[in-house]
Amino acid sequence: MESAWIPLALSLKVAGWSTAINLVLGVAVGLLLARRRFIGREFLDAVLTLPMVLPPTVLGYYLLVLIGKRGPIGAWLYDSFGINLIFTWQGAVIAATLVAFPLVLKAARAAFEGVDPQLEKAARVLGLNEWSVFFRVTLPMAWRGILAGVLLAFARALGEFGATLMVAGSIPGRTQTLSVAVYEAVQAGQDSVANVLVLITSITCIVVLLSAGRLVPGRVAQ
Amino acid sequence: MRSAFFIRSLHRISVALLFAGTLGAHAADLTVSAAASLTNAFKELGTAFEAQNPGTKVLLNFAASDALLAQIAKGAPVDVFASADQETMDKADAQKLTAPGSRRNFVSNALVLVTPSDSTLSLKALADLQQASVKRIALGNPSGVPAGRYAKSALEAASLWTAVEPKAVFAQNVRQCLDYVARGEAEAGFVYATDAATQKDKVKVALTIPTETPISYPIATIAGSPNPADARKFVEFVASPAAQAVFARYGFQKP
Repeated sequence: MESAWIPLALSLKVAGWSTAINLVLGVAVGLLLARRRFIGREFLDAVLTLPMVLPPTVLGYYLLVLIGKRGPIGAWLYDSFGINLIFTWQGAVIAATLVAFPLVLKAARAAFEGVDPQLEKAARVLGLNEWSVFFRVTLPMAWRGILAGVLLAFARALGEFGATLMVAGSIPGRTQTLSVAVYEAVQAGQDSVANVLVLITSITCIVVLLSAGRLVPGRVAQ
Repeated sequence: MRSAFFIRSLHRISVALLFAGTLGAHAADLTVSAAASLTNAFKELGTAFEAQNPGTKVLLNFAASDALLAQIAKGAPVDVFASADQETMDKADAQKLTAPGSRRNFVSNALVLVTPSDSTLSLKALADLQQASVKRIALGNPSGVPAGRYAKSALEAASLWTAVEPKAVFAQNVRQCLDYVARGEAEAGFVYATDAATQKDKVKVALTIPTETPISYPIATIAGSPNPADARKFVEFVASPAAQAVFARYGFQKP
């Protein structure tokens, strides 16, 4: 069953990229929401959390309309750079990133809010600049919470189906991720293919959960 | 005491509500699983059938024919099955899912190559799909969508499949394939003539593709049908002159 490994590799690639992007964006925006007071802060939080509660089909439709060849963003990307995101694995990354982003954001914001500002103040008094305060004081104290969110986001991205199917389609070897391949096999009545894919998916998820439990003792395992 | 009684009755009511809709489809429900390309015509026929048979509610379930077959094979409570090709119905027959003697062909269709209506491509033959300006070609997934199988075998017959396959974008059903072209995401796509007619403002027909086997649609009642009487009536109705007039209006041809 050599062909079953191709969707697995693709799923890991898509989930890996989306998690890397979410790590950077989620930590940055999470810090902003936790540390800065500005008008519309809670509104921004709500809008950014929307992908978690919206049906994936709604999200997929938004994306299709925005980044499609005739959408405002899609047309601009195509005319200026010749980039086309629909039916590409990069499109799948965008869908997975959007869906999983709130998981990192929520975890990062809560983790940063849990860090005592007095400690940061003390570090500044002792002469550290803002970057050093962040990397040597704030982040080391918040990383556990952030990591828990990042692992959940990876798992969510790995299982993303609805928005991915609408944006990236189902092209074997290029955009056909594990979850899409399972759907396709069941639709076509190919139960033997579905069995192998489902088994691989389940094992992958168990491995992810077990490593999560190891990386973050006490946090995810609870 | 009183609150315990209240909670218990609340529990009973909620359990009753939970299962109310699932305890066997209502006696007068008729579940029809039909190929995606039949969507518009069957919706109209369903309403007409309900008008002729008061008390009967027609529940329509549209998807690619293979997906519908997979549901029926797993025991979905379906009364009537209409597929877009003979192959899928042959499989249903082989698995003894259809009621013996109920199968008949009721319409036929044509395979066409469509492009977005504002497309400047000139596609005069299948071989023109090899042009570099054709980057993506939408077709139903041949492993589960009859329209995709017809397209694949036409391309194979023209010795073009290996050239076209790298550009292929597989759709879950023929209507999704149409949508890909209508949105301009694919430069060309294979759909039925009747599908192209539903989005005349967004797609135009570039070519009509001759197929090796004629595209004729079979319909049959399902062996384990919960409502066999209405199922037989519906199959009769679909072949009636009134229903055939509806099909003709949507661009279907005689079987």
